[in-house]
Order: sequence, then structure tokens, then C-alpha cells
Amino acid sequence: MAEVKLMKGNEVIAEAAIRCGADGYFGYPITPQSEVMETLMVRKPWETTGMVVLQAESEIASINMVYGGAATGKKILTSSSSPGVSLMQEGLTYIAGAELPCLIVDVMRGGPGLGTIQPSQSDYFQATKGGGHGDYHLIVLAPATVQEMNDFVELGFDLAFKYRNPAMILADGATGQMMEKVELSEQKPRWTEEEIQKMSGDWATLGKTKNRERNIITSLELEASRQEDFNIKLQKKYKAIEENEVRYEEYMTEDADYIFVAYGTSARICKKSIQELRKEGIKVGLIRPITLYPFPTKPIAKFADKVKSFMSIEMSAGQMVEDVRLAVNGKVDVNFYGRMGGVIPTPEEIVDEFKKTI
Amino acid sequence: MSELNDIIKDENIVLKKSPVLTDNVMHYCPGCTHGVVHKLVAEVIDELGIQEKTVGVSPVGCSVFAYNYIDIDWVEAAHGRAPAVATAVSRLKPEKYVFTYQGDGDLASIGCAEIMHACSRGENIVVIFINNAIYGMTGGQMAPTTLLGQKTATTPYGRDAKLNGFPLKITELLAQLDGTCYVTRQSADTPGAIRKTKKAITKAFQNTRLEKGVSVVEVVSTCNSGWKVSPVKANEWMRENMFKKYPIGVIKDI
Repeated sequence: MAEVKLMKGNEVIAEAAIRCGADGYFGYPITPQSEVMETLMVRKPWETTGMVVLQAESEIASINMVYGGAATGKKILTSSSSPGVSLMQEGLTYIAGAELPCLIVDVMRGGPGLGTIQPSQSDYFQATKGGGHGDYHLIVLAPATVQEMNDFVELGFDLAFKYRNPAMILADGATGQMMEKVELSEQKPRWTEEEIQKMSGDWATLGKTKNRERNIITSLELEASRQEDFNIKLQKKYKAIEENEVRYEEYMTEDADYIFVAYGTSARICKKSIQELRKEGIKVGLIRPITLYPFPTKPIAKFADKVKSFMSIEMSAGQMVEDVRLAVNGKVDVNFYGRMGGVIPTPEEIVDEFKKTI
Repeated sequence: MSELNDIIKDENIVLKKSPVLTDNVMHYCPGCTHGVVHKLVAEVIDELGIQEKTVGVSPVGCSVFAYNYIDIDWVEAAHGRAPAVATAVSRLKPEKYVFTYQGDGDLASIGCAEIMHACSRGENIVVIFINNAIYGMTGGQMAPTTLLGQKTATTPYGRDAKLNGFPLKITELLAQLDGTCYVTRQSADTPGAIRKTKKAITKAFQNTRLEKGVSVVEVVSTCNSGWKVSPVKANEWMRENMFKKYPIGVIKDI
């Protein structure tokens, strides 16, 4: 019988990490996600599953601890919010460059700068386009419910290890702070040393044995042509991710004349707006990207031949809308409505703004 | 010649290269201290029989390629972050001997926060700290440990305290922290000094098994190409000037 609880999104991240057999968490407190580490410290998983939990001196240190931990082939995660994730960008590009699997949870707040502690979606560019230097991508999952906060921890680790690539859960402060009913996952054991050896023994720093070459975790290559070869290999991996891992939800799209595109909290609000619009006979549907990278370009493009216009609704100045426009490729109008600075749009104002476009 | 060949036989070998040191040709400048310290680390790992149990964390700086020379598993860290990387490796693989190998720019400048907090937490790691008072890899700029009056590419008229601040005695600072168990400053300019440094590195690795906290071995070193003097002159300059600011000896041993 599955365990059902009423929990905060942030607390669920911690619970899901323990239950999926994560080996380590390294983090630094920042609002609105501090409950992740607080929950872990209360749960003391080092006494039960053996999971390591450590409060680092900064986000710079915590992401580099993730780098070191991931180098040992174990399941390592961190969590933070926008300003902290900015600090992590150096570590993230090294992790991507060294092809290490790990999970980063970003519970977004408004910026720029110290900004606000209220929910926002203004780090879409940073999350989906690389964020640090060099040509790389994170796999980015966007939960809209507390249940998805639970489910995406394991999914994030699965994808990270499948592609040896960092994965990110890109939530917003509302999903982190909101309490909802959640069906928790079953407790799984952590991987044994033998399992890690079998799975990652050809690259992880498990200690050099006589029968193999030393394993070196690095992103350094001074010779330009060899670095380019590595870049080509990375791009092949991203291509495979784009082909195989696109996830999205369609809501009332079958008869839709118009399509909203929104993720996370914005998508939930859009569902209410769509219900209101349909009462008036205006047929709007929703495409909710679940993976922001890889972006559901093809599903959106498919609707570009059927509908009159699109509207991207975000808690930002308009970031994802660029990817929607690339997918639609000029076939119909792509409009945008967003609120910034931690303001959450109401279903009514989305309805009003949409009506101005038709 | 034939006489020499008679002498070069297995039974006459009194000293040979540690098998933990690879055959790769080192990229270091002639006269550089890194090669000697690499050799010592490899010998200690070999003599303690911990090749399979050791994970090294290399820095950004001249020794970024340390992983090419010591035959163990390595993680190459971002600039200054080696102590954070080593923290995680050590906590997730507590049976391992984990060490960082860092220069003065890496450890005492950009990585100051990471080394201070790894030492403050008392992580069960070894820190090998090469202090040659200059940035070698980037072409000889001022380091936090550059001496007052010392000329570098970014202190072309000599380091001036008003303009550039003071040399940082980071090792003394680390010795103040509760999480360090063994802090020592050595050099590698004479056979005697090299033997002492090797002893210090051995003790540092042994401390890991005793789970006593961080062991820091600073090696006051030369950078003859950065200092723009011959290797012999570099050693003389180091003894005359560096040793005054960075005196050789054990700073902490508990």
C-alpha cells in the first residue's frame, strides 16, 4: 500500500531522494527551498540508508561536492534557488564537461540580483541553454505538482545515469512551498559497491585496480581537434536526448483553435483559464512541456498547422516563448503573457490578455 | 662502455622509479619542484601499498596534469575547488585515501573558502600545497604568497603592500583551525629536505587511516621560469627570501 501524505514540495524532494536510494546531498540554505536540507537533517538518512548529507559553505562548494561525489559513480544531488544556482554554473559546466550524472533541484525565485524570494520562472534561459560556459545542456524537468516533485527525483537520476549528464528539476517557489497530497515512492536500497563497479567501473574513481587503466574525471583537453571531437560526441548525446526524452502533457488540445504553452505553476493556472474560456465557447488547449530541455518542439510544430495562434504564459519577461516561436516557425502568431518579480498571474488576467490577441 | 653495461644489471639496482609513477614525460620546466613532489607522492603511495585505495584531486595551475604522472584514479577539479571535491569523495568513499594537490593560486587565492572550510570541518583528507609564490601556468603573475618587492608579470615594479596587499601565510591560518591535525612546511631543494618532505607526506597519508582530520603539507618551491632565474639561482633565492617569510618546520602536530 503506497504511502500518501500531505507535504510541501521541498520536503518531498528530500523524502524522494532518500527513498530512491540517493547516496549524497550537498547544499547551502537559500529561500524558498531550505526545507529540502532541513527535512534531510531531521530524517537522518545516514543512520538508515547510509546517505551522506552535508551543509556546505557555499553553493560553489556544494556543486563541487556534487562533482566529487558523482565522480565516484554514486547518486548525488543538490538543491538551491536562483541566486545559488547562478553560483553553481561553474561547477555545472565542469560536470557537463566531465560527463557526470547528478541531479540539481532549482526552486526558482524572482531576479535579477538578489531579487525576491517569491516564485518565478525567470531562469528558463539559464537552465535550458547551458547556463555556464561552453556548448552543453542539462536535462531539465519541470514539475507542476508536488507529486511530480516526488516522481522527477527518480526520473532525473534515471536520465542522468542513462546519458551520463547532469539533470535538473526546474521548479518554482510555489511548487516548492505548496502543500499537496503526494503518493510517496517505495524505499529502494542504495546501489551496492558491486553494482556501481558493474555500472560505472569503466569511468568512476573507485580506486585504480591492477587490471585497468586509471580513471580520470576531467573536462580538460588542450589539443583543439581532440576537444572538438569531444564536443561532437557531446552534441550526438544531446541529439539522442532530443530524440528520445521529450515529455509533455496535452490538455484539451483535440478540438483546440488556440494553444497555450506553459510549464510548472503557470501551466496549472492556464488550465483554469482554459476552462473559463471554453465556457464562452473559445476552444483553447494547453501544451505543458515536462522536459524543458529537450523541448517539445515537434509536438508544438504539429499544432502550428492546425490552430490560429499560440500563447506562451510564463512567470518571466518571456523566455520559453522563444522556443515556442522556433517550433512554430512563423506559421501563426505566437503571443506572450507574463508576470515578473515574483507575481503569479491569475486565471482571469490570462483570459483577458488572451482575448486581446484574438 | 662495456664496463658500464656490466654495472647496469637488475641485481645492482639500489633505487628505481616507483611503479606508481607513470612513464609519461613530464611537461614541467627543468628545475621545477613539481616533478620531485610528484615522485614523492607516488613513492609514498607505493610504499604504503595504497595505490588501489587512493584518489587524487588535481587543481588548476601547472599541476593540472598531475593525473598524467601518478598512476591512480583522479578527479580534476575546477580552480580552487579541490578541497570541496575531495570532501565529497572522502565522505562517500570513507575507505579511500583522498588527497588534493594544489598550488598557491589555487589554494590560497581563488580556493581560499574551500580550503578553510574543508580544514574547519576536519575532513579526512591530505592536502599537498606547492607554494612557489607565483602563477606559473598563466605566465608568472602575482600569487597571494608573492613576497613584498618580488617582481612578477602583474607586479612589474615589485609587490607593493599598498598597491597589492601583503603575502598570505595561509598555512599558519589553516593550523589555527580545529579540523587540522598535522600542518607542516617543507621544501625540496636538497636531498635532506626531500627526505623530510617525503616523511611528512607519509605521515599525512597515515593520518587518514587514523581519521584525525586534515593533514596539510606545504612545500616551499621554486618557479625558475616564472622567477626568471636559473634553477640553481632559484633555490638560492628561495632559501634567502622565501624561507624568511615561510619558515620550514612542523607548525601543528596533534
